Amino acid sequence: MTAQILYAFITVILGVGGCFGYFYGSNWLLDKMFPANANNDASAVRNLRIQATIRPWLFLGPALILLTVYLIFPVIQTFWLSFHDRAGDRFVGLANYKWAFSDDEFRLSIFNNILWLAVVPALCTLMGLIIAVLTDRIWWGNLAKSLIFMPLAISFVGASVIWKFVYDYRGEGQEQIGILNAVVEYFGGSPQVWISLPFWNNFFLMAILVWIQTGFATVILAAALRGIPEDTLEAATIDGAGPFKIFFRIMVPQIYGTILVVWTTITVLVLKIFDIVLTMTNSQWDTTVLANLMFDWMFRGGGDFGRGAAIAIVIMVAVLPIMIWNIRQANKEQGGH
Amino acid sequence: MLKRFALEPSRIALNLAVIFIITLWTLPTAGLLISSLRDKNDIAASGWWTALASADRNQVGRLKGMADQVEKDGKFVISGNLFEGQDAVSGKVSFFGTKVQAPGAYAAGSTADLENGQTLTVSGDGTYTLTSPTAFDNERGGRVFYISSQPPRFTTENYQTVLFSEGIGRSFINSLTVTIPATIIPILIAAFAAYALAWMKLPFRGLLIAIIVGLLVVPLQMSLIPLLKLYNAAGNFFGVPSKTYLGIWLAHTGFGLPFAIYLLRSYIAGLPKDLIESAQIDGANDFKIFRRVVLPLCFPALASFAIFQFLWVWNDLLVAIVFLGSGPDQLVLTGKLNALLGSRGGNWEILTASAFVTIIVPLVVFFSLQRYFVRGLLAGSVKGG
Repeated sequence: MTAQILYAFITVILGVGGCFGYFYGSNWLLDKMFPANANNDASAVRNLRIQATIRPWLFLGPALILLTVYLIFPVIQTFWLSFHDRAGDRFVGLANYKWAFSDDEFRLSIFNNILWLAVVPALCTLMGLIIAVLTDRIWWGNLAKSLIFMPLAISFVGASVIWKFVYDYRGEGQEQIGILNAVVEYFGGSPQVWISLPFWNNFFLMAILVWIQTGFATVILAAALRGIPEDTLEAATIDGAGPFKIFFRIMVPQIYGTILVVWTTITVLVLKIFDIVLTMTNSQWDTTVLANLMFDWMFRGGGDFGRGAAIAIVIMVAVLPIMIWNIRQANKEQGGH
Repeated sequence: MLKRFALEPSRIALNLAVIFIITLWTLPTAGLLISSLRDKNDIAASGWWTALASADRNQVGRLKGMADQVEKDGKFVISGNLFEGQDAVSGKVSFFGTKVQAPGAYAAGSTADLENGQTLTVSGDGTYTLTSPTAFDNERGGRVFYISSQPPRFTTENYQTVLFSEGIGRSFINSLTVTIPATIIPILIAAFAAYALAWMKLPFRGLLIAIIVGLLVVPLQMSLIPLLKLYNAAGNFFGVPSKTYLGIWLAHTGFGLPFAIYLLRSYIAGLPKDLIESAQIDGANDFKIFRRVVLPLCFPALASFAIFQFLWVWNDLLVAIVFLGSGPDQLVLTGKLNALLGSRGGNWEILTASAFVTIIVPLVVFFSLQRYFVRGLLAGSVKGG
């Protein structure tokens, strides 16, 4: 263990030192090869121009290489692999996609994913909005927001343990140690095995993500609410609008853009949801989603890369509209210099 | 301001509503923390919300045999203490009985009439007196069933168990080994790239920015298979294992870069133009401007990203189980916790303590650096990976 700490420490030094070394070294080399203080003006100007052409690429180089190796190249290869057989050697055309859409498990995953998409972003945004409005008007609002926000720092696996304990089930007549079943018994109901109730168990898994992501929605929306000009609210109050009318007619329209951003961000997250399903049910009891199905196929029976890749492409296609929208937004507000 | 403290009914309702929501949100975590500190028998016997109440436990004890009887006033008497030879001497007997079906037949301190004129008295502290008109002839005494209430017991035993014998301690070190380099390396690379994209003249700048924004939302799943193949090939080629710490650092760096560049670029592009231009007029080249002017100024953005990346890497499960092995020398906390959920599904004392060890570091980072975290969230609320 000590050896590992030492090893980690040395590699941190080497890695970070290497980074620094690269940036210092390459820029030093550039300055030496094309000195800006050359003996005659003409060559100095020429050298400066060469420097200005090369230097941006020295700055960008490592980032571009890493992005290419870890994201751009894999996206292209996954696309290519999705038309090939399990080992990626033989072209099989659309066979993987045909398989997918006739596979029961795949259709179940799509159904579950749609269910998640319909419930989680909406619920998070709604809860976030409500909490943001409520906490904005009390003096200990910031503390309240911190507590709501806290689950965001917890890993999906940690959250799953927390909630598995909440959902814990003991047979009827025994003392329940899971708080949900205890509450249900207290009100006269009978305890349930929540995470294996067909169909409904999806919602018990979704509750975990809502619990985690509501804090995110709250913080973003609270900041947006604070940006609403006071005089619009005052004017509405003077005109005799009630709190609900003010909320729906004055506040919501003004922060509509932010609501959309929160919604899409959580949507992207939901499309990739993996950890919660893996740790809570390991895809049993009809809870599987696309990411988990893909992971299964990556390793199932030695791994079927063609089918795995096809499932990944389906996730990618679902993300695509959001990606295009993001790029459009970024182009619109690009503050270039 | 004063109005905020006024006691109107609507204000009370508002506060109550928020308190209700907060309670709902913190209860699950509170349950985990409290349970992890409870005795492992208590966790299984009662809900964590009863942790402060004394727990009733059904127990069984045995009376002494004929060897200990004394004759007193024409009666034969055996006396002793039910708690004798037990570790839980701090308990208190509340009820007792002589049949397993009815351990609560008699209240403590009362006298039970048994067959053949025998009587048994058990008092709260566990002392008992058994009397009989005739001499006892049984070598071993009869059994007594009793309900004792145990005072709540809190302990750090569970933590000792998980840290030192369940392998959580080792995984903790592994997580640190993964997280620290995977947080520091991307910061530097992204900062340089962000500066280039914000302030330097270069062709295709708009296109590059568009690509990076696009990569923000690319699902991690797209990268897994090709990278797995690439790592295996590289491992074979160089004759080294394909699952290494170096591999996962680079993977996390690659996955974190789009967000890092996006966040830092928008921050650096927002710096005042005069600042950069006056430095240029002074004859500083871009490398110098970056080091002397830009880097110190964008500390808040660097801190925001560092927290994000730290939390993301520490909490990650998918990348770790794909790119690292499952041996004790490489299994990170999230992976270990997932494995424990499978193998120790019912051992809540192990699971709760392990989970708490896993979430304590992010929670500390989060609460101490919340300001930067929120700022990062507001700056770019789209995260790739």
